[in-house]
Amino acid sequence: MLYFIEQCLNGVQLGMLLFLLAAGLTLIFGIMDLVNLAHGSLYMIGAYFAATFAALTGSFIAGALLALLATLLVGMAVEVIAMRRLYGRDHLDHVLGTFGLLLFFNELVRLIWGPAGMTLPLPSQMLTAVEVLPGVYYPLYRLVIILSTLVVALLLYLLVMRTRIGMLIRAGASNREMVGALGVNIKLLYTLVFGLGAALAGFAGLMQAPILTVQIGMGENILILAFVVIIIGGIGSIRGAFVASIFVGLIDTVGRAFLPDLLRLFLSTNAASSAGPAISSMLIYMLMAAILVFRPEGLFPASNK
Amino acid sequence: MCCWVQVVTEALLHVEHVSKRFGGIVASDDITLLVPAGELHAIIGPNGAGKSTLIGQLAGELAPDAGRIAFGGHDITALPTYRRSQLGLARSFQITSLFPDFTVLDNVALAVQAHAGHSFHFWQAARNEDALRAPAHVALARVGLAERSGVLVSRLSHGEHRQLEIAMALATSPRMLLLDEPMAGMGPDESARMVNILRELKRELTILLIEHDMEAVFALADRITVLVYGRTIASGAPEAIRANAEVRQAYLGEQEAVDG
Amino acid sequence: MSAWLNLRNVFVVALVVMLALVPVYAALIGNYFLMSLFTRIVILAMAAVSLNLIMGFGGMVSFGHAAYLGIGGYAIGILAKEGINSGFLQWPLALAMSALFALAVGALSLRTRGVYFIMITLAFAQMVYYIAIGLDRYGGDDGMTIYKRSQFGDLINLSNKTAFYYLCLALLLLTVYVVWRIVNSRFGMVIQGARSNDRRMRAIGFPTYRYKLVCFVIAGTICGLAGALLVNHTDFISPAVMHWTRSGDLIVMAVLGGMGTVFGPVIGAVALLVLEEVLSGVTEYWQIIMGPIFLLVVLFARGGIDGVLLGASRD
Repeated sequence: MLYFIEQCLNGVQLGMLLFLLAAGLTLIFGIMDLVNLAHGSLYMIGAYFAATFAALTGSFIAGALLALLATLLVGMAVEVIAMRRLYGRDHLDHVLGTFGLLLFFNELVRLIWGPAGMTLPLPSQMLTAVEVLPGVYYPLYRLVIILSTLVVALLLYLLVMRTRIGMLIRAGASNREMVGALGVNIKLLYTLVFGLGAALAGFAGLMQAPILTVQIGMGENILILAFVVIIIGGIGSIRGAFVASIFVGLIDTVGRAFLPDLLRLFLSTNAASSAGPAISSMLIYMLMAAILVFRPEGLFPASNK
Repeated sequence: MCCWVQVVTEALLHVEHVSKRFGGIVASDDITLLVPAGELHAIIGPNGAGKSTLIGQLAGELAPDAGRIAFGGHDITALPTYRRSQLGLARSFQITSLFPDFTVLDNVALAVQAHAGHSFHFWQAARNEDALRAPAHVALARVGLAERSGVLVSRLSHGEHRQLEIAMALATSPRMLLLDEPMAGMGPDESARMVNILRELKRELTILLIEHDMEAVFALADRITVLVYGRTIASGAPEAIRANAEVRQAYLGEQEAVDG
Repeated sequence: MSAWLNLRNVFVVALVVMLALVPVYAALIGNYFLMSLFTRIVILAMAAVSLNLIMGFGGMVSFGHAAYLGIGGYAIGILAKEGINSGFLQWPLALAMSALFALAVGALSLRTRGVYFIMITLAFAQMVYYIAIGLDRYGGDDGMTIYKRSQFGDLINLSNKTAFYYLCLALLLLTVYVVWRIVNSRFGMVIQGARSNDRRMRAIGFPTYRYKLVCFVIAGTICGLAGALLVNHTDFISPAVMHWTRSGDLIVMAVLGGMGTVFGPVIGAVALLVLEEVLSGVTEYWQIIMGPIFLLVVLFARGGIDGVLLGASRD
């Protein structure tokens, strides 16, 4: 039972990370109509920057803040140098062009940091467990991830729904030319939105770095999941992305933890041991396939205009 | 035959109490429309009246929230777009929607091909098939684009695009045409040419014409329906519509009366 | 002056002739590595041509096409491990499995558009990748060696490297020809039309979904055949063959070579793999220029190498 609660919390934690990525992707796609395959690269860069800056400054927090800033800058630079030339083009061009960027970033990271990957140790204060329920202990740091991403999600909501910039973002999503005609500096707006998406991705990358991984190619694995989340939640819907992220995170984590045992009830131990992990990794994709069959527009599709 | 006996013919297109909302906006408000075979029926109305929404529902791109659409006796309300085309209901697009990297002839030949059996033929070159090219040439000749058959669509003028739109619809051997502002963006010469084309087509096809060009509408239409805010406010013979006070106020009155 | 005699066509013919002469040249200079390299190039070119059928002509960008290389390969590998070495049994099964997988994935993926389609094909390919890793009996993550190539009796001995090379080349040229005929047929017109303007296609009466699905299956099956060739070439199969980066390689070959023509991907495969061979001898970080080069090709030379050649030939 304790194990179950722990796995559920882990699932929520994974879901929150996915949400950060999915939200960034949805924003960028909604405002700039840009498909960005290199989004995972920004996630990876956030983690690498954090590991490097934390080692340099000796402080996790300082490393994290510097990494966030660095990722934001890199994101904006990429937007100005490369993305601008892709706006208005075929989505296929976006995919191919950003794929080129993805290859570039993977190689660049390999060049700068080497192929071996890095580690980002947790600050000692975080190495404790917290009693979330009577008798149930959960690692503090993982709780921090959940809470901080919830805070970020809330801030994002406030930004988009309650501020002037957010209004411009929403207006830009429905009518690009109008917003430009109103005298708003569209170029700057796009750069900022892309930077925001990059920062969200970088934040997710650096937050998971101490407990999961800092290595080349880490971006692509989670990017696929982020797109699956968007499909399940509904294209263009941040609310859908939130719900779907939690859902996907839970299914993946809890599934992996309990499926082999569940299978053992029906199959021989050998079969369950080999089939278990294989099927667990497939659960998400099977869910996605089911959604595509029964409700292709997703669970919470954004209303069409 | 006594003139006042109305012979009720089965309408080719029967739109019954069709309604469609988008959130708070009622785009189609209980629209009922009967178009008998052979008629050229025009739909006019100010911008935002819901004409595009209506065409969308007739063509199968939008599903009505309520009501029924019947074509040639079949209930097509839930049929997908391609099935409606196969039943003989062809449409042209208000904003030109063609195949830009193909030639004019290729475009029309594709339309012919759609109605020439299935296309699971993998070997013979389609561009050599006379069964596809010949009817395509015929359709092009009818709209006056015969000389331009080898030109890439991306190189055509706007007026030629609009002509090609009609040719594509014709090439599917339809029983009825849904024409969505075929004269959009045309100058007076091109419009006059289009009116002549449509007048010729009138003789053998049923046409539902959505247009803003009042000269064209009154020159061609057998009957006119006026749409305002998603509702039909008047429907009848052109002279009756021209004289209708409500219509004048809502729509015609804003522009100088067309030779009243 | 014949319309056929232009720069581009001469280039294509020269390339084919060069490919045909590789074993001769290799024997002359005693360098058999060259033949091995070009066998691989020819096989991957075939895979890239099959990808381009759906990508360049059909507008369906599949980021999971390498999965078929794996499915074809594992079909043969698994049968070989279980003692079935007859090519007459293995190869049809490899093709059938590829076709079935393509049917299932295509049926689901084609319900989406654009980037979502792309990511879904990627997701399904990853799924197969993970399944392969889980196949402990067949090597799992490490893969497994094939001790006996597909047996075709007296017809052909695949262990004869020269014979095998010419088989691969013949199948490549056959693939190019078949794909060329498909692209220009009625079916091909529907596929191209659907890429150009799917909405219009449906408006004129085509049920585009089913045509795209069939095209997807054809492409997957051809790639499955390439997978059968590949596993015989390397005498080894592992999940790595299906990793999404391999699918990316195929996409790069098609785009670099030219998405707009049937032969383009062949040019791309030769260019990419030869470049890889040459540059990796110079520096291990050569890949870093691939990304920006690819981006530049997408931005400014959309038609790839073949596109540039065709443009030059017109002037």
